[in-house]
Amino acid sequence: MARVKFLCDADRCIECNACVTACKNEHEVPWGINRRRVVTINDGKPGERSVSMACMHCTDAPCAAVCPVSCFYTTADGVVLHSKDLCIGCGYCFYACPFGAPQYPKVGNFGSRGKMDKCTYCAGGPEADSTPAEYAKYGANRLAEGKLPICAEMCSTKSLLAGDGAIIAEIYKERVMKRGYGSGAWGWTTAYHEGIAV
Amino acid sequence: MTMCPAYIRYIIIALAFLTMTAAMPVFAQELGPDGAPNPTASVESESKLLQQLPRIEGRIDIPNQREHVLQQPAGRLWDHFHEVTLHWLGAIVILGMIAALGAAYLIMGRIRISKGRSGQRVLRFNSFERFSHWLTAISFVVLGLTGLNITFGKLVLLPVIGPESFSSVAQYAKYVHNYVSGAFVIGLALIVVLWIRDNLPRKVDIDWIKQGGGFIKSKHAPSGRFNAGEKLVFWFALGAGAAVIVSGYLLIFPFYGTNIAGMQIAQVVHAVIAVLFVAVIIAHIYIGTLGMEGAFEAMATGEVDLNWAKEHHDRWLEEQLSRKRLAARSGQTTAAPAE
Repeated sequence: MARVKFLCDADRCIECNACVTACKNEHEVPWGINRRRVVTINDGKPGERSVSMACMHCTDAPCAAVCPVSCFYTTADGVVLHSKDLCIGCGYCFYACPFGAPQYPKVGNFGSRGKMDKCTYCAGGPEADSTPAEYAKYGANRLAEGKLPICAEMCSTKSLLAGDGAIIAEIYKERVMKRGYGSGAWGWTTAYHEGIAV
Repeated sequence: MTMCPAYIRYIIIALAFLTMTAAMPVFAQELGPDGAPNPTASVESESKLLQQLPRIEGRIDIPNQREHVLQQPAGRLWDHFHEVTLHWLGAIVILGMIAALGAAYLIMGRIRISKGRSGQRVLRFNSFERFSHWLTAISFVVLGLTGLNITFGKLVLLPVIGPESFSSVAQYAKYVHNYVSGAFVIGLALIVVLWIRDNLPRKVDIDWIKQGGGFIKSKHAPSGRFNAGEKLVFWFALGAGAAVIVSGYLLIFPFYGTNIAGMQIAQVVHAVIAVLFVAVIIAHIYIGTLGMEGAFEAMATGEVDLNWAKEHHDRWLEEQLSRKRLAARSGQTTAAPAE
């Protein structure tokens, strides 16, 4: 399969937070953890934009590099996943992540954060696909069922795009050409070392 | 009193109109060709925002407020520090120090007591001083090993014992590191209180350095209770210890008064200072055990040989002996019952 990516078209995001809710519901994410969030820039001012952000599944993922126990791995689709069995909850992935994706169940004084949790691109974890054990730790494995991440699938304005990076980049380019403006593919340069030229 | 002349009023009105028309093009730019507001007129691009500030921040609706940072590309920089800079720095500094000490041992060998042992013993460190030293020393070794494991464990230990065992070792090591830190803080504080007076710089320290610090066999380096080298170790331990303690507790209590950049800086400071600290302490351990005959017993039993003291801490020995003589003399005079 191709290299999958996320793209948030900030000129379409209406900050409805449906992606956040859908994600929490789909994966039964515990209280206090948000695998996806919506950040509003210049709130209430001219030029306000909202961006839906989760793990970007980076190329050369910094979280994976800094992990002291090497609990991360990248799938053939370019999805960055990790093993909660190996995670020691040190918090280093959060310091390295450019997008604030890693989440911890507890506040974490004296290293008691608990096992890290993050967006899996709806692709589960190292356990066998679509098993209860996988669901309990990582949530649903939609990718194994041939489906795309729930957040993007149900985005009401189709602001959030998921799928083959080349295809979603093409869709975004077409949009920008047609409407005549676009504030860019947020996070792409940092995550994938490439922007989208339009 | 007359009213303003009419022409002045006209000028004011004309000026007002002029400024309004001057402002008009600004409004015009924010409207599209169809008269609707141009939605991109005041949008700032991601690259522009990142030029202004190192992080893009906004408002969020979830309770976890530290998530209001949308993007911090500095994470990749920190990754580079942790995985490249720190690995090289640690390897060069620590292995370099071990290599240098190995070379010193091969070239100079063990520094012997040149006159041999006298058999007479002098008390150098009392039991409380030894307790403080060993509290600090043992906690330092534990902290050093568990800390190095966080950076180098995955390169050294993980391939040997496998991911599952290494993960549980690293988990325990993390907790040990966090909780043993308390013992180190207490030990260091005791050491500082006990020895700061004897570690203040004195004129004799310059002579000690001029005489080659006891490493040149033909020369005698004079010294008080602590020589200039020991004083350097003391002040380094105090400075580096304070730095690792402050940065370490910032890491133990994440995001209390620090933001993401603060956490990264705390980790960088903690790691760099700790690596240097480990290298210096390796040298300290060498000179206190293998490198010098008669040194280790000062911290083991607390007593040193008289000839060792003469060779390494002559001024201090003189003080001790004269104090003893004084005590003996006053002991004789005060043999009569005290008033």
